[in-house]
Amino acid sequence: MWQVYLKELLELSRDRKTLMFVILLPVLIFPVIFGLLGLVAANVTASAQAEEHKYVIINADKAPAFAEQLFYHKNFKQVSTDLAEPEALRQAIRDGQFDLAVIIPADFAAGSTELAQSQWTVIYNTAPVLDLIGNYLKDLVKDYSRQLQLARLEAVGVTGKQVDAVLEPVQINKVSSAENRENLGEKLGGWIAYLLVPLCFMGCSYPAIDIAAGEKERGTLETLLICPISRTSLVLGKFLTVLTTGLATALITVLSFGGWGYLIGSLAGVDVVAKAMSALGFGDLMLILAMLIPLTMIFASALLSLSIYARSFKEAQNYIGPMSILVFVPLALALLPGVELNWKTALIPMTNISLCIKELVKGTIDMGILTLVIASTVVLAGVLIAFCVNWFQREKVLFR
Amino acid sequence: MIEIRQLAKAFALEKGQKLSEAELQDVRYTGRSFCSVRDVSFNCNNGEVIGLLGPNGAGKTTTLRMLSTALKPDAGTILLDGKDILREPVLARRSIGFLSSNTGLYGRLTAFENVAYFARLHGMTEVALRQRIDELFTLLDMHSFASRRAELMSSGMKQKTAIARAVVHSPALVVLDEPTTGLDIMTTQTVLDFIHSLKVAGTPVIFSTHHLDEVSSLCDRVVVINQGISAFNGSLAAFRQLSADGDLRQAFMSVIKQESV
Repeated sequence: MWQVYLKELLELSRDRKTLMFVILLPVLIFPVIFGLLGLVAANVTASAQAEEHKYVIINADKAPAFAEQLFYHKNFKQVSTDLAEPEALRQAIRDGQFDLAVIIPADFAAGSTELAQSQWTVIYNTAPVLDLIGNYLKDLVKDYSRQLQLARLEAVGVTGKQVDAVLEPVQINKVSSAENRENLGEKLGGWIAYLLVPLCFMGCSYPAIDIAAGEKERGTLETLLICPISRTSLVLGKFLTVLTTGLATALITVLSFGGWGYLIGSLAGVDVVAKAMSALGFGDLMLILAMLIPLTMIFASALLSLSIYARSFKEAQNYIGPMSILVFVPLALALLPGVELNWKTALIPMTNISLCIKELVKGTIDMGILTLVIASTVVLAGVLIAFCVNWFQREKVLFR
Repeated sequence: MIEIRQLAKAFALEKGQKLSEAELQDVRYTGRSFCSVRDVSFNCNNGEVIGLLGPNGAGKTTTLRMLSTALKPDAGTILLDGKDILREPVLARRSIGFLSSNTGLYGRLTAFENVAYFARLHGMTEVALRQRIDELFTLLDMHSFASRRAELMSSGMKQKTAIARAVVHSPALVVLDEPTTGLDIMTTQTVLDFIHSLKVAGTPVIFSTHHLDEVSSLCDRVVVINQGISAFNGSLAAFRQLSADGDLRQAFMSVIKQESV
């Protein structure tokens, strides 16, 4: 078995595709892709925030203070128009003449002592996800409303601290019982599994195809089958190879992201990695990696079984492609709001590992459920390994 | 010495598998199975070379795969020096060397690594395998490309490496499945010289082929398999006598026609 294992590792280490999947992808290509994505997103946001929006204001004389605030806002530029009707203004915005129209009612009087709410209309394109115009207006209206509130309260004799007592009689002071780590875990924990688990799968898939279907295609399998070692040893040697590459991919990715995070953090003066590591203990990190072992065993045995069934490299790729989608479904399930680790979800393969990683990062793991998750994953891995070994003994599989 | 008695092997057909006209005519297709080998018997003494002849799909490769223990027969016995290899396949594999024209090598391993890997799988020690590989590489003139990866070798180099790999453990029996099919003249000669050297060394060789000139120059005995049955089993001289003018092609055709009738 160890002879097979060492030989497979030696051969894979000389294969460019394996090196690309196991080392180059997590060490260089992934960080570059994520870095570029971040850079593009930052640039898009920055240019959107610097954009100047043309606006028209109807009945500006009714609220001169507001009109002045709008005029001096760095993201707005006033243009003039003869239009006054909402429908005509809307069409003008659609035609690209300007971006925003603010309609102040003709009967609005800023200094009025009459207590009545005024309905203003703003027209702009609300479709973009980044609703910058809406956000700017919200801030402007909030400031203007505050000015009106103060003026009206002053008129009736309410001043100083009394203003806050009237406008906000009760103020809530939120004190979270959750530690920083729990918040971080809730936000990041699920995504860690979403990154690590597919990487384990990916790290297993190419070597599994190469050392099973590839061996059939090259014509070396038959020679191997008539060597004086049992087929169980043969398949276990191959299984261990696939397991090693799967785990190596995950480990290299974690180290790579840690390294890149540290580098970027120290260059940018933000010690993100040190912060994350202080939240996550060494023991928890080891537990996360330990949980990936039985999970990668499941991947390795399932992929090896599929690969040895295939007649050729291409056929194996055709089987394994759709299988990768199956990996993402239980992981996505774990990311859904409200899906939590309990005695039931602990029995759903992959979802349970994903939820466990999240709880470990949060620091709120229940050791009983953790044991159940590991036990159920180990049992499933054992069943699949037994199936794979049995599958490898069948002539109709080996000599299709 | 190897004795093969009444070997039989059937393969289950896949559900819904449609048979061609030729397959429907073949008596070996019965219901949901295909009896590739129905009754094959012959024996090979030390120092003998047996040529296994037969039309395509006759059951030669299945027979050789059973001899090499890659496939398990449904019926019959295979005795190698009196030991039943079907009962102890793992131990029996130490005594068998196998080679075919389709046998591949590990492209990313060198000639030495390819041969050494199989030597280790056969349980050889590092000292013993280095000594044996050195001996084989000298015999086959392979030292010049011992460190070259198989994917960068010429077909002749590959075949020499495959030969060295097949006999690195000094097998008591060598099984060759159409070892010269698709090879160029020079590489074919390498294989034929190798078979001859085995014969000189007294190692029994069983090889299937479609080339009657190879049978004529190397074989002591001939076995013809037709539709999964050993239709002829005798000496090369007896095989020649089946044709009026001693022509092997005619002799072969007479066995096939006789069986078909």
